[in-house]
Amino acid sequence: MTPAATVGSLATGTVNLAAESRGFLSPTGVEVVFLLVGLVTFGAAVVTVTTRQLVHAALWLVVALGGLAVEYLLLTAEFIAWVQVLIYVGSVVVLLLFGLMLTRAPIGRSPDADSGNRWVALAVAVAAAATLVWVVVDAFRTTWIDLEGAPAGSTDVTGASLFQHWVLPFEALSVLLLAALVGAIVLSRKAKAGTAAGGATATGPSASGPSASGTTDAGRDTEGTR
Amino acid sequence: MTTTTLAVLVPLLPFLGAIAGLLLGRTAPGFVRPLAVLPTLVSLVLAALVAARQGGDGAVDAATELTPTGSVPIELALHIDGFAALTAVLVTVVAGCVQIYSTGYLRDDPRYPSYAALVSLFTSAMLLVVYSGDLMVLLVGWEIMGICSYFLVGHYWETPEARAASLKAFLVTKLGDVPFLIGLFALATDAGSFRITRILGAVASGGIEHPTPIALLLLAGVAGKSAQFPLHTWLPDAMAGPTPVSALIHAATMVAAGVYFIARLLPLFEASQAAMVVLAVMAAVTMAGSALAALAQDDIKRVLAYSTIGQLGYMTGALAVADRGAAVFHLLSHGAFKALLFLAGGVIIHAAGTNSLAAMSRMSHLRDRVPDAYWTMTVALLALAAIPPFSGFFSKEAVLGVAEHVVTGHTEHAPAAAGWIVLLAGLLTALLTAAYATRLWLLAFRGHGTEAPDHGRQPLTMTAVLWVLAVPSLALGGFAFRVLPDWFDGHDLTPTLTTSVLGTGVALVGGIVTYASWRHTTAYAARIPLGAVAAHPEGGAGQVEAEAIAGHEPAYGDIAYAPDPSDPGRLLLGPLHRHAAAGFHLDAVYTALFVRPVRAGASLVRFLDREVVETYVRGAGTLPRWVGAAVRRAQTGNLQTYVSVLLAGTVVLAVAAVLVATGA
Amino acid sequence: MHLAYPAVLSALLFCTGLYGVLARRNAILVLMSVELMLNAVNLNLVAFDVWLSRTAEETLHSGQALTLFTIAIAAAEIGIGLAIVLAVYRNRGTSDIDKLRDTAEGRESDGPDAGVSDSDASATKAAAEKAEATA
Repeated sequence: MTPAATVGSLATGTVNLAAESRGFLSPTGVEVVFLLVGLVTFGAAVVTVTTRQLVHAALWLVVALGGLAVEYLLLTAEFIAWVQVLIYVGSVVVLLLFGLMLTRAPIGRSPDADSGNRWVALAVAVAAAATLVWVVVDAFRTTWIDLEGAPAGSTDVTGASLFQHWVLPFEALSVLLLAALVGAIVLSRKAKAGTAAGGATATGPSASGPSASGTTDAGRDTEGTR
Repeated sequence: MTTTTLAVLVPLLPFLGAIAGLLLGRTAPGFVRPLAVLPTLVSLVLAALVAARQGGDGAVDAATELTPTGSVPIELALHIDGFAALTAVLVTVVAGCVQIYSTGYLRDDPRYPSYAALVSLFTSAMLLVVYSGDLMVLLVGWEIMGICSYFLVGHYWETPEARAASLKAFLVTKLGDVPFLIGLFALATDAGSFRITRILGAVASGGIEHPTPIALLLLAGVAGKSAQFPLHTWLPDAMAGPTPVSALIHAATMVAAGVYFIARLLPLFEASQAAMVVLAVMAAVTMAGSALAALAQDDIKRVLAYSTIGQLGYMTGALAVADRGAAVFHLLSHGAFKALLFLAGGVIIHAAGTNSLAAMSRMSHLRDRVPDAYWTMTVALLALAAIPPFSGFFSKEAVLGVAEHVVTGHTEHAPAAAGWIVLLAGLLTALLTAAYATRLWLLAFRGHGTEAPDHGRQPLTMTAVLWVLAVPSLALGGFAFRVLPDWFDGHDLTPTLTTSVLGTGVALVGGIVTYASWRHTTAYAARIPLGAVAAHPEGGAGQVEAEAIAGHEPAYGDIAYAPDPSDPGRLLLGPLHRHAAAGFHLDAVYTALFVRPVRAGASLVRFLDREVVETYVRGAGTLPRWVGAAVRRAQTGNLQTYVSVLLAGTVVLAVAAVLVATGA
Repeated sequence: MHLAYPAVLSALLFCTGLYGVLARRNAILVLMSVELMLNAVNLNLVAFDVWLSRTAEETLHSGQALTLFTIAIAAAEIGIGLAIVLAVYRNRGTSDIDKLRDTAEGRESDGPDAGVSDSDASATKAAAEKAEATA
């Protein structure tokens, strides 16, 4: 019994037989939209990982993430979609652009954007994609998502679920975010203090500790971190 | 206290003294001298008490088996007969004298505490050998003596001579000890016991199946310990140790142990005619050769060392003709006068600042500087030369008399051939002994030339001991030859007329010839100046001696030899002199026979190890190194490669898992 | 809607991110690729949550909750990751991950950033540039 068949039997056991009648050759309107947006998303993702212009990669990432947000909407998960737009498109990509700027990434085409590992990477990626697509299609080719009725991912539903069942992990997550915030500051600040001392004495780049120049560089620290 | 308790205390007290001395040596230096001297003196008193109680009657036997140890039981046994009682008295007398003498001799030595403790331990081990009734316990004492002699001979370990001598003493005696041990095991297997009384009982009832190999194996150990040919070479070199140690080793302990051991087990040796003949030949070669060598030595202590070997030859000769009474008699008197000779020799070396007879023969008034040593040494040399009425005369005549007894066929204990060998060699040796004794005396005390340096009087502890030992050297023999047969086997020890006349005659001839040749050669002495003295003549006796030993070879070119034409020994020996000085090149023979092959074998082994074994090792290392190099190549440091390989592996595994699960 | 559509899209996006992680040289581009992979997983989570909430009466909405958590953790990850990249860039003067080969075996003198003196020199240079840039 194949794993695909296992999952398939699970699906057929629970899904009503109406799903069986639906084929891939007669897509619904949602499916068509999903397919088109999916193509755009995938294309943007491929461009993101192949383009030679680093800033363009970040912008194509915006397209890909935005496409994903649309897909969430199509799956009736509206809250997730807005969170996706808010956090990914709004902040993460901005952060990445900041990172590119701070590391003095070249603007324009850079011929060495890909490492020598490219062909190995391509082979691994294609093999992984083939395997995954094969298994997934084999397993879920008959499964049907019923998008009728009340939306499964409205803000109401998601909020109720989040604050009824997931309160504790949610609060723990806030602690994690705080820790990440502090960690990021510490990481940047330490390196900053070391380099500043190195620049000041011009003898050993990381010889003196953060206490030497911590107070004078405090303003630049905050600026440089975020 | 019972005699047994007293006898147990005799070896125990010096042992406890040694332990206490070693423990307290650094923390409480004030106790070291009492701890060295007092236990030995108390042991002397106890040994005398034991001897008085034993009184030559039946042997005192006591044994206890602590624990079963296997097939042949090992018992803590005492066996005290007349031999043991008297030998123990001799050991304690000499050890006491040596300890007292050492307090003066090594007065300023920083290593005196350990030295005194080792001397005590040495004494204790010898007493254990003397009293023990069990061969395994005897072996313990035997081996402790070996290791103590190693430490004591190497006391001046700063000098290379002392280091080499201590190693040589240890190795050569160990060379004998290996067959000795095997012989003991064979003997115990045959007799079923390590107890001496049971072994002798088995011998008497003919229970020993292989007496000849056992006796020969034991003989090897005895030859090593008692410095008999061909294992005697360690003894002259052992002169690199301090003089009191030489006195202790030569007079009472180490070398006496071998003779004493044969005396204990003589019936076993008698059971094998071949062993007796071998013993006789060994004794003859030893005594004649060593007497010749003694005549050529320049170092006063080496002369005495070779004389010890010769006198030990007399003892083994007496044993070869199956009379242990004579052997132990000579052991006792020799112990007294040889200890005296060495201790007096130490005083002379200190006073003269040199150990070279050639240098001493160019000093006048040496005898006035050390009158005690002069007189006592004269007594001891007369005893050594066996001039009546000194004690050496009686004991040596006892040996010669027994040999003559065997020759004339009055006994069936020993083969007549052994008798002839011992008698002839003994007479020859008597001649030579008198010659070298005279030479020693003339060169040391009758020198002409610059006046001997004056360091003031010698310490009382050193001179008083000389007079104590002079008494038995002078009178022991005369009194003892009547009393001793009661203690021993009952054989008569009275000198017979024939051998007395013969022996004394050849001794006188030897002395007179030496004197004549000395008169002839002494004129040369003034022409060739010789004489290096120690760098610190005002230092302690031990320091002066160590410097004298270390300085002999650079000053004269050889440790045993000096290019001195005024030496009467050179005239007497003629072309033989050079060979005799080198101990008849036996060391060179050993070097050629054993040392070089061993060295060659060692270098061969080293070559094999370096070139052959190492090649395999390197070959075994090469393959892993290649594999390692290949694996190392994968360690590029590039994270992307690692992750690529990791994910590729994951994909492969996932595909494999899917395929297996689907049964494809 | 067929579940296969989001599932296949998710798989493809994931492998695209995988390719980016393995092939990109700039560390920030690698981080972008990681974001792509995380989003692929998010899409999967949402799709299955929607499917199961209807068919299996699953009321916890664990898929959506986990998606939210993933987004939050991804945000934290991108912050920490960028801080690390910045620190590396300040110390080494580069953010190319195939030049960070300090763990390479037996090639101490190969890379320009592996040798001690080289890394020191580049670090001081980077420090100077950094100070200039932030001033």
